[in-house]
Amino acid sequence: MIEFLNLFSLPVLESSLRLGTPLLLACLAGLFSERAGIFDIGLEGKMLVAAFFSAAIAYSTESVWLGLLAGIGASMVLAVIHGLASITFRGNQLISGVAINFLAAGLTVLIAQTWFKQGGRTPSLPEEARFNALEFPGLDTIAAMPVVGPVLANLILGHDLLVYVAFAAVPLTWWILFSTRFGLRLRAVGENPAAVDTAGINVVFLRYMAVLICGVLCGIAGTYLATALQAGFVKDMTAGRGYIALAALIFAKWRPWYALGACLLFGYLQAIALRPDLLEAAFGFKVQVQLLDALPYVLTVVILAGFVGKAIPPRAGGEPYVKER
Amino acid sequence: MDVLPRWADIVLIPLIGLILAAVLSALMIIASGQDAGEAIKLMVQGALGSTNGWGYTLYYATNFMFTGLAVAVAFHARMFNIGGEGQAMLGGLGVALCCLYLPLPHWTIALVVAIIGAGLFGAIWAAIPAYLQAKRGSHIVITTIMFNFIAAALLNYLLVGALKPAGAMDPATARFPEAVHLPTFQDMFSTADNPLFRGAPANVTFFVAVAACFAVWFLIWRTRLGYEIRAYGESESAAKYAGISPTKIIMIAMIISGALAGCMAINNVMGEAERLVLNSVEGAGFIGIAVALMGRNHPFGIFVAALLFGFLYQGGAELGLWTSIPRELVTVIQALVILFTGALDNMIRMPLEKLFLALRKKGATA
Repeated sequence: MIEFLNLFSLPVLESSLRLGTPLLLACLAGLFSERAGIFDIGLEGKMLVAAFFSAAIAYSTESVWLGLLAGIGASMVLAVIHGLASITFRGNQLISGVAINFLAAGLTVLIAQTWFKQGGRTPSLPEEARFNALEFPGLDTIAAMPVVGPVLANLILGHDLLVYVAFAAVPLTWWILFSTRFGLRLRAVGENPAAVDTAGINVVFLRYMAVLICGVLCGIAGTYLATALQAGFVKDMTAGRGYIALAALIFAKWRPWYALGACLLFGYLQAIALRPDLLEAAFGFKVQVQLLDALPYVLTVVILAGFVGKAIPPRAGGEPYVKER
Repeated sequence: MDVLPRWADIVLIPLIGLILAAVLSALMIIASGQDAGEAIKLMVQGALGSTNGWGYTLYYATNFMFTGLAVAVAFHARMFNIGGEGQAMLGGLGVALCCLYLPLPHWTIALVVAIIGAGLFGAIWAAIPAYLQAKRGSHIVITTIMFNFIAAALLNYLLVGALKPAGAMDPATARFPEAVHLPTFQDMFSTADNPLFRGAPANVTFFVAVAACFAVWFLIWRTRLGYEIRAYGESESAAKYAGISPTKIIMIAMIISGALAGCMAINNVMGEAERLVLNSVEGAGFIGIAVALMGRNHPFGIFVAALLFGFLYQGGAELGLWTSIPRELVTVIQALVILFTGALDNMIRMPLEKLFLALRKKGATA
């Protein structure tokens, strides 16, 4: 029994939070874009360029804040390319996403190699060029409290700033999308752009806004990977997280609070995959890590197939809007 | 009304896209402080300067022909099969199972059996997303992406477990028996005093790929089924009205597509590695997207585009070997080709259409 409970021990849950953070940021990024009718399978690429540029700039300037800015900037450049392709030139949004992922995978290594000459990576970041755990006053006294102390100190407090940004982004996204005029219009543009246009609202502007917000969030996600979760950039460090975020988005049926749940679940699966020893102790036989890796994707396919509640995407998703002439 | 003449649509636009991609890549080489001219010379020399270089170029091109055709067949039915990577992985599994567990006396028989095995496994991996698209309405792009990852996990699982020979360290199957060795170009074209293609992996599969190009051309433009696929791709409602079943077309087009992607494994698993290793596909499934876009979904175009990407791949490897330019440059070029010939197609098309309209007006008044 205790072995089973170990699967939910504090270190595992804490690492789920940390691994869930980039997924959550990328997932919310995708949420903004897809709610406005722009499919984005380029989340992965945007995170990757952000990871590289944040690490490179943070290393060069020794300022993690400049790193964050650079990461967001780089991600937004790719977002603008995606916007140009899918909004202005009415191209295929999926193909554009694929191109952006490859562009990021190639460019980051190419630039890293010319810049740092370390085989496509950045030097590892010193302590002061990273986002470190925030220091709460009186953390020691809290940690000393019985029962709730360790939970508060390890699980709730003691993370770096970007983790809190990610979790604050959930209610913020929910509020923007469902309680503001901008959010209403954004969702409308993803369902029926012609109606929005008829009401005299600029479809192109709204869609660009969505794509840019997506760029900002992916930028933070990538920066988190390179400057908080790890210390520096390595080749392909996003390792499919953009696609897992995409899976989480579908799993969450394009809703912010569900996205939080989905990303925490997928973060937990990643965390538990790092501890096969705990799984073996809990179940009494060796659980193959590869099967755990596949689980988010299998779950998403099951959801997509509509066997467990149907996931219905925004109606105008993937279609370029052509004004009638 | 078509504003552009046909030749401009199928030759000029991809060519401009390619030139834009090449210019941007050259600028990138210059920006990294290298000599672009020298780099291009090195690529040409390395990929086309010797029979060995050609052997590698044609080997890569064979891979890309299969995956390019796979993407194109699905495109004709207006589906974006992004799962070529996973289907090729599963094809590799099919080839490995055939070669390891069936008593195959000669390579000719082995080749036929392997084509069936690879095609079957690839087709199954494409059929599941196709079924979910046709019957449950789940978006084929998302499901095929997910199936890529599931395939990777599955192969990973099998190669560290059931398929790994006892005592072996690396995650791979045992070596295939000698009898299923496919003749390489070296075996076929070298003479005792004139060795050609020495050590290059190009093999008889190249001719299978060329045959597949012909077969796809025949299927799409000369058969009833091909007509139905194209009709469905042009307009689903019109096809339905004409009595074409969408379910049937989605399933058949994806099964053919998956089988073609799976057949890539004959080249890389059976022809080159002669065992199934981890990550044997090496992104060829995705390059198929660039090849199909560039080749305008026509088998001949795909043949040319596959050769071009084979050249880029081999040339890029040479660059990585002899200069400090990493071979990821090829990934960038590939991305730019997909961007310019796929997503930003209209950016090139719109000004061209204006130009041709202006020219036509001028011709009419003169």
